[in-house]
Amino acid sequence: MKKFLAQAYIWLLLIILYAPIVIIAVFSFTEAKVMGNWTGFSTNLYSSLFTGGINSSLITAIINTISIALIAAMVSTALGTVAAIGIHNLRGWRRQAITFVNNIPMMNPDIITGISLFILFVTIGLTQGYLTVVLAHISFCTPYVVLSVMPRLTQMNPNVYEAALDLGATPMQALRKVIIPDIKPGMISGFILSFTLSIDDFAVTLFTKGNQGLETLSTYIYADARKGGLTPELRPLMTIIIFTVLLLLIIINIRSLKINKKLNEKNGKKVLV
Amino acid sequence: MTKRSTLAAPYQIFLVLFVVLPLVLILIYAFMDGNGGFTFSNFATFAGQPEAIKTFVYSIEVAVITTVLCLLLGYPAAYIMSNSQLNRSSITVILFILPMWINMLVRTLATVALFDFVRIPLGEGALIFGMVYNFLPFMIYPIYNILKKMDQSYIEAAQDLGASPRQVFFKVIIPLSMPGISSGVLMVFMPTISTFAIAELLTMNNIKLFGTTIQENINNGMWNYGAALALIMLVIIGITTVFADSSSNREEDAGGPI
Amino acid sequence: MAGKDAIIEIEHLSKVFGTTLALNDINLSIKKGEFVTLLGPSGCGKTTLLRHIAGFIKVEEGRILMEGKDISEVPPFRRELNTVFQRYALFPQLDVYDNIAFGLKLKKLPEKEINKRVKKMLKMVSMTGYEGRDVNSLSGGQQQRVAIARALVNYPKVLLLDEPLAALDLKMRKDMQIELKEIHKKLGITFIYVTHDQEEALTLSDTIVVMKDGRILQTGSPIDIYNEPKNAFVADFIGDSNIYDAVMIEDRRVSFCGHEFECVDEGFGNNAPAEVVIRPEDIYVLPNPAAGQFTGVVRSCTFKGVHYEMFVDTPEGYEVMIQDYNAFEVGSEIGMLIKPQDIQVMHVSRVENIFKGEMVDSNHVDMIGGVFECPQTGFERGQKVTVRVPYDKVDLMDNVEDGTVCANIDFLLYKGNHYAIHVLTEDGYSARVSTNDVWDKNDMVGIKILPGDMTIEKAEEND
Repeated sequence: MKKFLAQAYIWLLLIILYAPIVIIAVFSFTEAKVMGNWTGFSTNLYSSLFTGGINSSLITAIINTISIALIAAMVSTALGTVAAIGIHNLRGWRRQAITFVNNIPMMNPDIITGISLFILFVTIGLTQGYLTVVLAHISFCTPYVVLSVMPRLTQMNPNVYEAALDLGATPMQALRKVIIPDIKPGMISGFILSFTLSIDDFAVTLFTKGNQGLETLSTYIYADARKGGLTPELRPLMTIIIFTVLLLLIIINIRSLKINKKLNEKNGKKVLV
Repeated sequence: MTKRSTLAAPYQIFLVLFVVLPLVLILIYAFMDGNGGFTFSNFATFAGQPEAIKTFVYSIEVAVITTVLCLLLGYPAAYIMSNSQLNRSSITVILFILPMWINMLVRTLATVALFDFVRIPLGEGALIFGMVYNFLPFMIYPIYNILKKMDQSYIEAAQDLGASPRQVFFKVIIPLSMPGISSGVLMVFMPTISTFAIAELLTMNNIKLFGTTIQENINNGMWNYGAALALIMLVIIGITTVFADSSSNREEDAGGPI
Repeated sequence: MAGKDAIIEIEHLSKVFGTTLALNDINLSIKKGEFVTLLGPSGCGKTTLLRHIAGFIKVEEGRILMEGKDISEVPPFRRELNTVFQRYALFPQLDVYDNIAFGLKLKKLPEKEINKRVKKMLKMVSMTGYEGRDVNSLSGGQQQRVAIARALVNYPKVLLLDEPLAALDLKMRKDMQIELKEIHKKLGITFIYVTHDQEEALTLSDTIVVMKDGRILQTGSPIDIYNEPKNAFVADFIGDSNIYDAVMIEDRRVSFCGHEFECVDEGFGNNAPAEVVIRPEDIYVLPNPAAGQFTGVVRSCTFKGVHYEMFVDTPEGYEVMIQDYNAFEVGSEIGMLIKPQDIQVMHVSRVENIFKGEMVDSNHVDMIGGVFECPQTGFERGQKVTVRVPYDKVDLMDNVEDGTVCANIDFLLYKGNHYAIHVLTEDGYSARVSTNDVWDKNDMVGIKILPGDMTIEKAEEND
């Protein structure tokens, strides 16, 4: 009985949690103007999403979102990996200082990050647009890359780098052939995390996108919803977004499960990837 | 060799430029008038506007109510899921975590859809519901984590020493899960106090929160005043963090939910 | 010392880590084809020396020559030597074959040549057929074989081994010792081997270099080092030994344990202080007490697998350790006999502590990092002095606050009827102490010296 009540509570919460998502998904297949009025199955909302006249700006927003996320994730992964190797070899107060500052973007609320970067760009006179959004995204993604890569470095046998030098590898070769392959899983996790965070971001983008008409998916939705609330054409769009994210998450989780399993087999330790 | 530590240099410069400097700029702008001189007038303006103060207090109220509701709803859920006698499968845990990764805006609009669907007008109720809906997973996850890691022998020891199930829960389990609770409180309180778009969408822009005030001022070119308000928010968040930190030694349990 | 057949020469190499002198003016010449072991307790500088040779630590003072050429500034990846690391350091993402081929691929050797050499090495370390295996799935011993093959496949002129067997269990270690020795014999290249295991050193090496506190104490063949240790530390570190304070009465006559013995050493002078080492297996036990040079009563007798180990107390109050194939009953009186050539007499440079100090006022002296009360001297403040304190007049206090200076027990040696102790003060000064109290290594103690036990002299100008 106790167990039944407990399970009932959990599933009730989950139903409430997922109900809006399900409702959106279901009603994306009908053309009804108002939610709750089923006016017959139709995929018109989907097709008009991509063919309708107003919606070339939506395509642009999607392209922007993905390209910004890709660039931010790539730069963050490179910058964060190099930084992690550096930090790993730092000692004392310098290490503590850089670790502390590295945590700030993760702790800061989005609105503060957004406003602070906005003020920075205004102060140095950088016109806000694509570049500033990318820079802003790199600034909040890189800390996560550093955090994903650091544990891999800590686990590494400290002699491995020296062994490579000993066998004739130059420091660059040792980095490329020995260290990078060893920390690759951490880099990939960091990349995926950065990509997801970038796609997901709304507040920071809103403050740094400037007024030259740059839109990403989330600012597009925001602008749309602000004008007329939840318009019918937003339903298929949100459905697509939700299911893309869920799919990505399932892939990541399977991946990290696999990595963990492999690591467990290797050294019997549990590692959080 | 030691030279590898220089690899941290580019990122050090980056952090100074894009993390430290921007925060310092908020501080400077907050104490600056339109001509670049030092002033307290931005704060005086805030103190002199009953409307702004009201929004500020109301935002804190909403954040506190949301946090308390999330805790009341989330703790039992986390407890049930961490207890192997009540819940064996980990699928429910994953189901709670997944929505954390869906865009906040999208989730907010989904609640709008729900309210439309059941024909309840948007407003204060929708606001609180939407907030709880958005942030509940952030409360459940850290508490679940700490409960899951908790050494069962504490509970057995308490039972052995004659504690009733009730006493075990209030005297052992709750105190031991404090680090998770404070993580959860932080993870809910911080975004709720700083949110701006959610309130707009959930109340058809009828209720204004502090975040919205800041955003509007920044948008309207009132950078100094906006920076001052942002600084006030930073201070509130700072105090909360310190308070949550001291109420328990938070460990790594606040880590990312992947 | 730069012999023609020397492959590695180390000249005046010193290294400071923070405030500690990790290497103190090391001079060493290693011959081509030799199996050299750097032996010493942990922290003696042996690994630091090896890492200098490998190139992982930058040479700051002194230089290292390889085949007559200065390689001090050559980065590790250009040195013609390879290292086997203590924890193997195999590349986890590469399989056995790619680990071994790593160095050859960097040299861009043709694929066929690489394949041939890797196969040959695998055969040498008895790992044929393991090419495609994940290195993480191998046992410790197998990983070590791969690590050895990975280093040797590059045909280095010198192979450096940093405690390569330390992580293996005893049985595996013994097997690998034999294999290493065979590999060395087969290849004829120079091996420089670091270990803290004296038995391993004695088994494997052509030459043993005994190190302590960043210094080389003695270099020689295992037999030389075992039979003729230069000082009490070497004697104590290598094998079991009885070490006693002694007096060289005249050439070939030495007195210790309250008796006079004939020995083979000469040139110490008459009545010169010395120390003697007698290996426990070199003492002959006679059932008839009168037949020996000196007598004692058996206190304990333990079977050690091959021989019996006995502790015998002499009437003069000394303890003697004996290893013999025959057991003697506990409590029985026996006679003991030592042949002249089995007595190793070691020179003793000083018989008391000599500290440099400076007067604070006429009856206080500042030395070894503290201000001690001393007898009235009449010297002025600032006068540089030399203070002599006999070993047995330095008191070690359990309670650190009771002493003038705080120190750490660095090394201790039982000399039959008392302990000879080296202490290191917090500021790095050392002092020697004779005591009957029992201490352990690394105990913290306070040093106390009574004013009456000091002899103070004006220091010489150029001191």
